[in-house]
Amino acid sequence: MIGYALAFGFAAISVALLLNLWRLATGPTVMDRLLAADTIVTNLIALIILYGIHQATSTYFEAALLFAMFGVISTIAYCRFMLRGDVLE
Amino acid sequence: MIETLGELVVSLLIVAGSGFTLVGSIGLVKLPDLMTRLHAPTKATTAGVGGVLLASMIHVVVRSGEVSAHELLIALFLFLTAPISAHFLAKAYLHLHRERERNFPPACHGRDWTLLDEPGEELPREDRPQPPPRV
Repeated sequence: MIGYALAFGFAAISVALLLNLWRLATGPTVMDRLLAADTIVTNLIALIILYGIHQATSTYFEAALLFAMFGVISTIAYCRFMLRGDVLE
Repeated sequence: MIETLGELVVSLLIVAGSGFTLVGSIGLVKLPDLMTRLHAPTKATTAGVGGVLLASMIHVVVRSGEVSAHELLIALFLFLTAPISAHFLAKAYLHLHRERERNFPPACHGRDWTLLDEPGEELPREDRPQPPPRV
């Protein structure tokens, strides 16, 4: 039963990643592209966790945690760059 | 019996979580401009990832009988930082496209919003916002 749910989950998140990629490619403003990149990172975390469930291991937990931390930090840094023209003042 | 129930819960959480993630990305593509587009990934996608993380936690409990709180760390981190990054995105968007967004609600004390206000001129002293009186 978990196998079917995992298949659905992999398919749904892959379609979601493709939609994010569409927004990343065609987004009219810079902020649209940045929002799409942030969403891609969040979806990748879900994909890594699903792969961890599939393999029945907790090895991939650290990778997901690193993705979460660096995704947020890079989004905020880029927003600060757009706001102030500099990241650290 | 209890394992079947656990598998059922894990499967439902996986399906619900990835469905929410898909809905968030559909919203990201369909909605008309950035201020509305921000809603979809910040809420639906975060809820979806939360569901998948909860499924992973319950899966570990069903599989090995041990309680794992690792995924709780990621969930807490995501739920704490999603509003912050959304706030920064909206702020940078308003800063970059201030000519597009002139239908703000008015700010108080006769000044414009902090993000859009021209710096330099100070209000006279009596017009400045006063701190609340001490009790």
